[in-house]
Amino acid sequence: MRRETQLDRRRFLKKGVALAGLATGAPVVGASRAEAAAAAVDLNATEQVLYGQRSRFVTTTRVIEGSSHRDIAPPRPNPYRPSARTPLGESVGIITPTSLHFTTQHNYGIPDINPAEHKLMIHGLVDRPLVFTVDELKRFPSVSRIHFLECVGNRPAPGGKTVSDTHGRMACSEWTGVPLSVLLREAGIKNSATWLIAEGSDGGKHEKSVPLAKALDDVLVAYGQNGEPVRPDHGFPLRLIVPGFEGIYNVKWLRRLKLVDQAYVTFQEHSRFIGSNPRTQPDSYAFGPSSVITFPSGSQRLSGRGQHVISGLAWSGGGEVKRVDVSVDGGKTYQEARLTGAVLPKAHTRFELVWRWEGEEAVLQSRCTDVKGQVQPTEAEYAKYWGFARQQLYTTIQSQLGHCNWIMPWKVNRDGSVTNGLPPVGAVVDVHG
Amino acid sequence: MARRPSLISSASVVTLLAVTTTFAQSSGAASTPGQTHGSPSGLGRAPTQAELRAWDLSIGPDGAELPPGKGNALQGALVFTLRGCAACHGPTGVEGPGPLLVGGKATLSTNYFPVRYWPYAPSIWDYIMRAMPYDKPGHLTHDEVYALTAFLLYKNDIIKEDEVMDARTLPKVQMPHRADYKGPSPAQWTPNSPRGFKIVP
Repeated sequence: MRRETQLDRRRFLKKGVALAGLATGAPVVGASRAEAAAAAVDLNATEQVLYGQRSRFVTTTRVIEGSSHRDIAPPRPNPYRPSARTPLGESVGIITPTSLHFTTQHNYGIPDINPAEHKLMIHGLVDRPLVFTVDELKRFPSVSRIHFLECVGNRPAPGGKTVSDTHGRMACSEWTGVPLSVLLREAGIKNSATWLIAEGSDGGKHEKSVPLAKALDDVLVAYGQNGEPVRPDHGFPLRLIVPGFEGIYNVKWLRRLKLVDQAYVTFQEHSRFIGSNPRTQPDSYAFGPSSVITFPSGSQRLSGRGQHVISGLAWSGGGEVKRVDVSVDGGKTYQEARLTGAVLPKAHTRFELVWRWEGEEAVLQSRCTDVKGQVQPTEAEYAKYWGFARQQLYTTIQSQLGHCNWIMPWKVNRDGSVTNGLPPVGAVVDVHG
Repeated sequence: MARRPSLISSASVVTLLAVTTTFAQSSGAASTPGQTHGSPSGLGRAPTQAELRAWDLSIGPDGAELPPGKGNALQGALVFTLRGCAACHGPTGVEGPGPLLVGGKATLSTNYFPVRYWPYAPSIWDYIMRAMPYDKPGHLTHDEVYALTAFLLYKNDIIKEDEVMDARTLPKVQMPHRADYKGPSPAQWTPNSPRGFKIVP
């Protein structure tokens, strides 16, 4: 739980930098990169041969969030670790390096699980309750799919200095595992089952109700991520992948699936939804169409006049991205961007537009249309839909607001610096995890 | 750790457990090893009773899975102190620094709602059992969890101080903001379910 202003967060980050020497995630394009580089390592050393690492001149790191439990004093859970955002500003392609993939743990730490001892139980409204070992799950035919993961906490807000601030609670990986439908059929689904509860092995034993129809559609029990075992901070040895749905469905350290006949109104489900606004959707599942320009984005700087490539990511919980349009004049006119690589359902899709900059002020923004014909709204359209004054988009917590998928403008100033193009609104209530 | 109340002497724990008549949470009962039983692939085995007892923690909104055990608010006040709840939530559940447990108001800027806004009383039991105490979750007995649940309900003016909460009474507690909770729509999700937000500029 957290409520704080942007100011507080910046203060936290500054303190964090001073203490830990971590980069803020504000990408430094040009000048000081080399100065920030770590000491030279012997690139020919055996350990480098055995397990490689990136260049010491590449210094991007995740961006640590403020404490999820704002003011909480010890005792804290042991283990405990703060959440962190993806540094999207220097991303290329569609796969997020696992080391930079955002993480959140719902206020508990990361369990240290021996895969030889881990079990997955499937029970409840099934014909045959079953317990599988991780090895047994690998004896089923596998599938690999590329999907984005996004936290409902993602929201483009005026205070955000970088694209990590505005959109860093998301990432995209290739996930390998067993379709949940296969495992459920192993257990035999009773006719009365309509939902399942997925539960993790973390300290708080996070649980989430999932509609059975979704579970049978495209959900995976994943043990692989980007060509290697899922890492501990992403759910080692097993996690649920619920493509296109809110991040909170993708239960990490998965240990139990119980088939039931109703949503179980778990802690993460009941305590954020107030009935006062007709637009509130406690059962909002899949994210709508969204996109954001990652270069040039906040805190970056254009290196000079002339040709640049505007680059960004588009995605939708509704399926494939159909097209992305880019505006360099704050949305007055749009041109269709080129999709640079694979266009996959419920996955990040990279787009680019070649642009000549002659030193003028410009407002760059992108708009996604997905395969269902859904179009990414503007901030004003989103506020109007909710019947909100603009300010309320930023004083309502994200999970009560729905999915904050409005268009994000970046302002290019005459000196080439790039700043947040959303007009200021005062205090912002920001909550994640 | 400085603010933490001095931990429970073993004598007081004994007293507490005597007062609240412990329900055996241990899964020590003899269990026959699970056996493979007819999955199409032949993989997997049946869970043991002990595994089910240890893991099947989910309590639905109707409280149907609530286990044996009981407690009232008087006992809960004692558990609240002895189990260190006050270290995070304050001596009376309002001082913090952790989340407010008594009173409070849910607004559009509230993340986790105060207890009195929870729609179903059995959810309180479920969450305390699985996730508290924060630094050592899963270490409360069922009686202690019933007692703490009763304590929170009493402090929020929802039940009386001497009302005993158990598997029969807890599901009957009417939460004051039940009507404000909009649960998932009865229509099942399908891959074509609209997202409810569709703007074509």
